[in-house]
Amino acid sequence: MSTATSAPMTLDVSQTARVPFSRLVSVELRKMFDTRAGRWLLISIAAFTALVLIIQLWVVLAQDQTVTFEDFAAGANIPMNILLPVLGVMSVTSEWSQRTAMVTFTLEPSRTRFLAAKFVGTLIIALAAVVVGFTLTIAANGLYAAFSDNPVTWDLGPFRIFCFFLLYVFSMATGFAFGMLLLNTAAAIVVYFVYSFIFPGLFELGSALLDWFKDLRPWIDFANAQNPIIEADVTGKEWAQLAVSGFIWLVLPLVIGVWRVLRAEVK
Amino acid sequence: MIKVEGLSRAYGNFMAVDDISFVCKPGTVTGFLGPNGAGKTTTMRVMVGLTSPTAGEVTIGGLHFHDIPNPGRHVGVLLDASAQHAGRTGREVLTIGAKTMGLPMSRVDEMLALVSLDDTESKRRVRNYSLGMRQRLGIAHALLGDPSVLILDEPANGLDPAGIRWMRGLLKGYADRGGTVLLSSHLLNEVEQIADEMLLIGRGKIVARGTKAELLAGAGGVGTLVVAEENAVLTAALADKGLTFTPVGSGFRVDAMPLDIGRLAAERSIVLSDLRPVEGGLEDLFLELTSDTQREDPNVLAQAATTAGAPS
Repeated sequence: MSTATSAPMTLDVSQTARVPFSRLVSVELRKMFDTRAGRWLLISIAAFTALVLIIQLWVVLAQDQTVTFEDFAAGANIPMNILLPVLGVMSVTSEWSQRTAMVTFTLEPSRTRFLAAKFVGTLIIALAAVVVGFTLTIAANGLYAAFSDNPVTWDLGPFRIFCFFLLYVFSMATGFAFGMLLLNTAAAIVVYFVYSFIFPGLFELGSALLDWFKDLRPWIDFANAQNPIIEADVTGKEWAQLAVSGFIWLVLPLVIGVWRVLRAEVK
Repeated sequence: MIKVEGLSRAYGNFMAVDDISFVCKPGTVTGFLGPNGAGKTTTMRVMVGLTSPTAGEVTIGGLHFHDIPNPGRHVGVLLDASAQHAGRTGREVLTIGAKTMGLPMSRVDEMLALVSLDDTESKRRVRNYSLGMRQRLGIAHALLGDPSVLILDEPANGLDPAGIRWMRGLLKGYADRGGTVLLSSHLLNEVEQIADEMLLIGRGKIVARGTKAELLAGAGGVGTLVVAEENAVLTAALADKGLTFTPVGSGFRVDAMPLDIGRLAAERSIVLSDLRPVEGGLEDLFLELTSDTQREDPNVLAQAATTAGAPS
């Protein structure tokens, strides 16, 4: 109140610093945990990943199959690939559907900083997901080693961990981008699922029917381009295909989404 | 402190706010009055950067809202008490605000106490809050950073009469300590008692402004309601003095101060059974000024002034 009495008509902001970015990130992280929906989504991501690996392990052991570390990594990626995008979507859209963006933007008017903080927040969650996914994969592979007489492979190198991280970040960031594009939880999740479950079928069909499309597909099918990463065995050409398809399905939606959030009127 | 200059905001062909200018001074409460959809909320949204203006600008303490560092420490904002995550507790809503602004957590408890949300209530989810409780939470959130400017959109909405009285006292005290308050309402009686300055807005334009007394004066002066034991004697005396009057109920509305009528009655030994200033004149003025079809017709204003205060 001292500002008003000592200097009428002007605000003395010389003693006030901007909200530090680290504080914005920690607040955005907190927002992902502090509602029942957010907390349970995080818990269910870990729980479903464990469940998928248990089923996979059970089938493998019951049928006496031979599997590699990569197979378990791929198993862990299934629930992550479904639920991390949902988390990414919700981290953005809940600000709109619950209309908290109105409050958020009056505390931090720079939407660029807000989006950056939110995105970094989701990346931190993706990192945590890597720890969970990697640990569960190791546990599943360890149990397989203990109970099966078939050959066991281990791949705990940094590149394998990096591949985990890339996959989870792609999932999370795609959800984040779709969330920004649509600013509506239900619509964004539906569109994401259409993209991730129906498009691959169409791509498959297209390349079976059309020769020219068959050559084009690796460059525009982002989900397909991620398969080498699941295997943690990526050639130069595959990196290029990943970059091109990722540009279409991840970078472009992100850019358009950011543009939309920066302009959107918060109702 | 808040300076609005030539502000307009268009949505297609619709002018939500049409070239308005005003200033809110420190130490005062400014009441922003108008019917629903008059442009109050749009103006406030432009103030805090949620909506971009089509023309004109708003500065707070000489700065655009975007340029105020850690704005929560300087400008307390409550635009919509329901714009909170339904799944968060009241305490968590304030905690997020306090953390963003970098305030100690004790501030959360202080604010909860200030708006009389007790410990159990603060741990309930906002989903289960009544509108009145949401308003209290919203006011607590606006005051969290100890700002010197308060912008409140319909803060009394949903508060019970005791709550409205409480809020009046709170804002009055806040302005007396040097704070600047802008609050909007579509209900005149919510603000006429605390607003030092009133702005009446209708269809995006400011149609009247000033203190309560100034507004009434602009609408044709202060009137008096008078009833005499023998009305015929009274009317004769009024006509003698050249005062205009209109019959209202069992008496008359006279365009003069109650003191003048009292003096006249004393001079002529007229027994009065009722003598009081016209009440509710502002209400009628407000309705007339802000009604869609008639607000720019000066005849209607005159008429509003003469019929104001008719006992119904």
